[in-house]
Amino acid sequence: MSVILILIGFSLLVALGFLGAFIWAVKNGQFDDRYTPSIRILFDERKEKVKEEKKINSTKQS
Amino acid sequence: MIQGTLDINTEKKLCYHCGETCPDDSYSKGDKLFCCLGCKTVYEILEEKDLCNYYTFDNTPGQNQKAKAIRNYDFLEDSGVKSKFISFSNGKTALVNFIIPNMHCSSCIWILEHLYRFNPAILSSRVNFLRKSIAITFDETRIKLKEIVSILDSIGYEPLLNLEGVSTADHSENRSLYYKIGIAGFCFGNIMMLSFPEYLALGDPQDLYLRKIFSYINVVLSLPVFFYGASDYFVSAWKGIRKRIVNIDIPIALGVLVLFLRSLIEIVAGIGPGYLDSLSGLIFFLLIGRVFQNKTYEWLNFERNYRSYFPISVHIVLKDGTESSMAVEKIEPGTRALIRNNEIIPADSILIKGLGKIDYSFVTGEAAPADIQNGEFIYAGGRQAGSAIEVEFVKSVSHSYLTQLWNNYLYSGEKESRTTQLANNVSKYFTPAIILLASGAAVYNYFIHPALIWDAFTAVLIVACPCALALSTPFTLGNALRILAKNKFFMKNTVALESLSEIDHVVFDKTGTITEPGRSDLKYFGINLTDELKQAIKALVKNSSHPLSKAIFDNIDIETQIIPENYTEEPGKGISGTVGDITIMLGSQDFVGNYLRKSSPHAPEHTTSVYVSIDGSVFGYFYINNHYRQGLSTIKKYFRKSAAISILSGDNDTESKNLQELLGEDVELRFKQSPFDKLDYIRTLQAKRKKVLMFGDGLNDAGALRQSDVGISVSQDVNNFSPASDGILSADSFEKIPIFFDFIISAKKIIIVSFAISFFYNLIGIFFGFSGQLTPLVAAVLMPLSSISVVIFTTVAVSAAARKNGIL
Repeated sequence: MSVILILIGFSLLVALGFLGAFIWAVKNGQFDDRYTPSIRILFDERKEKVKEEKKINSTKQS
Repeated sequence: MIQGTLDINTEKKLCYHCGETCPDDSYSKGDKLFCCLGCKTVYEILEEKDLCNYYTFDNTPGQNQKAKAIRNYDFLEDSGVKSKFISFSNGKTALVNFIIPNMHCSSCIWILEHLYRFNPAILSSRVNFLRKSIAITFDETRIKLKEIVSILDSIGYEPLLNLEGVSTADHSENRSLYYKIGIAGFCFGNIMMLSFPEYLALGDPQDLYLRKIFSYINVVLSLPVFFYGASDYFVSAWKGIRKRIVNIDIPIALGVLVLFLRSLIEIVAGIGPGYLDSLSGLIFFLLIGRVFQNKTYEWLNFERNYRSYFPISVHIVLKDGTESSMAVEKIEPGTRALIRNNEIIPADSILIKGLGKIDYSFVTGEAAPADIQNGEFIYAGGRQAGSAIEVEFVKSVSHSYLTQLWNNYLYSGEKESRTTQLANNVSKYFTPAIILLASGAAVYNYFIHPALIWDAFTAVLIVACPCALALSTPFTLGNALRILAKNKFFMKNTVALESLSEIDHVVFDKTGTITEPGRSDLKYFGINLTDELKQAIKALVKNSSHPLSKAIFDNIDIETQIIPENYTEEPGKGISGTVGDITIMLGSQDFVGNYLRKSSPHAPEHTTSVYVSIDGSVFGYFYINNHYRQGLSTIKKYFRKSAAISILSGDNDTESKNLQELLGEDVELRFKQSPFDKLDYIRTLQAKRKKVLMFGDGLNDAGALRQSDVGISVSQDVNNFSPASDGILSADSFEKIPIFFDFIISAKKIIIVSFAISFFYNLIGIFFGFSGQLTPLVAAVLMPLSSISVVIFTTVAVSAAARKNGIL
């Protein structure tokens, strides 16, 4: 049964890894602003031009 | 989607930038219409920089630019002023933080994070939407702070520049709560897992050493929970004991302490596995409750004082006539300054040149602007409405009449933080009760099972730990806070919300609080005016920018296109002109004085009225009184049931009759109240053991708002300045006050019911405790179960109460 001790040791290590990741995230400021990033992700830089053209085209068609 | 909006925009002629109706087609660009030059200019700037994507994230995202004034940011050259905003600088790159009140949608975030397109010297900009703040990194050698602010201003996002500067975000308290929750959650989960064999009585008898090892791992895991996670409860309980107040944290700390010690003893002695799973679960739930309670509205500032209202600098006039800018803090008696239209006078001063028309509504509560002659005194905080004036300061900013309010002892320290009364009141009886019960259990077992004395005593303390009790207030009020905020009523914290249900005296400020600023009701007395005359009057007042002219203009509902001739305006007196063949004069009694006969109608003394003189004879006068907010009499009737009502006004008593008619005789009215009188009035009430709720709006109410048990500032726009208070109510929601109070009272009832639920679980637990049968499994089921059922009950009940009141 002593194998279970090794398994528990590993499971604790993995869990500690996650805890560490969480603490790092808090320290990094990821929990300071929980709203803006959700909007920011919707801004795609490259396609700006294409979008603008599409919009103009669709306006012309009407 | 985009297609649809474009059609609507062209049909209804809405401004492409801000969405307001365009008066005509005079401002257009391509197929896009604009309501004013300001909006069009912003569009052109964005188009030039290829940033029209701004308009795709949200429809008409812009701010209306009609009222935009040309601002001068030269004062940002001053190094003292600069250092207020720049939080980091190494001589090359610098970081600056601003609050931008206009930020309101995703388009705003987008444009503000693309500032580098305007000037490559702006290296990056990052928005925190909830705080409405922006952090800009820029190359100091290539761009000045002044230029950055000008860019922001040019696209309609003027940053908030005031004496207070920008408090850099302090996240440390919030973060430590997250650390605690993370660690408590981690330990809770792992201890639960390691306790599983124990719950199900698994394992071979020969594997006993495994159980022992599991228990010791549990002890190690529970150490951070006990010493770090639960530290706040121990600190608070200790503070309570030292102040001889039995707060809710005392029984919690006692329960946690007993849980930990008993588990430790059982594990070391090899008697059993202990209750470490219950311990860590308890702390984990309590900390989550704290997150709910700490929910704050970061973009609202409840601690503002005069410093955030006053300008940051003034244009001073030097002896040789040249102008320069100076930070207001450096103002000394004798300094001369130029005050332009709409600027605020930062310190008590004397008028030197120009015509003073000072709007004191925010400072003294007087509704009508005061005319100031040369050599007359001007109080700090007034706003010049009219052409530029030159003033000489006689006092420094901090010694001015109004700012003295803040030198008062009230402001020497923080407002004493009140704790949640309801839970603490219960705790006052609860704590001695459980100690008695625990001793009772010990005595009882002394006669029945002497071996179980220790077990029974500790088991009662453990199981009576008021976790559910401690959770019911934060969850109920936290939820209520959120629902009220959706209705534009923002309370500072749950404690203030709780105090609202105990109010027995309500005090209202008049100007700006129960009246609507910038709106007045107009009545005409005298010889009836024909439509032709009304048209003529409307044509005449159209030319004047005076607030009274505007009020008359808005109140005559006949269209006119006539342009008057010989238009003249005598500042502070009146206007005159010829429309067709009619000569009209509108103005004060003095202005039309030559034509005033004994037989002509006379306006009552000390009222705001405008005389109308047509072709040399006085026809009558417009009588102007305040426009009261909707729902005022309903609010009065609502509070009358449970509280006394007073109204304080800095204004003269012309409105007295009007108010009595509106509110009835049983309301106390006080006029000509200085800011200090208001403060003293609240103190007198409190000396009579009244719990006072104050509604105010301006700087003149600041002292009273702070002194009262709950101070709520009513604000036309919640982003604008409002004095320090416990809550901010948007003026749109003013008439909903009775609904909010009904809701708050139901929230209190919900708390009481949830107390009953938690007592019920305690009773079950105490039954187990008395018999000394509290196994770790029972404890591990009972404690989370009681917490979760209380949380579910309060959440559901609060939402139901909000729905019933129609505010969700």
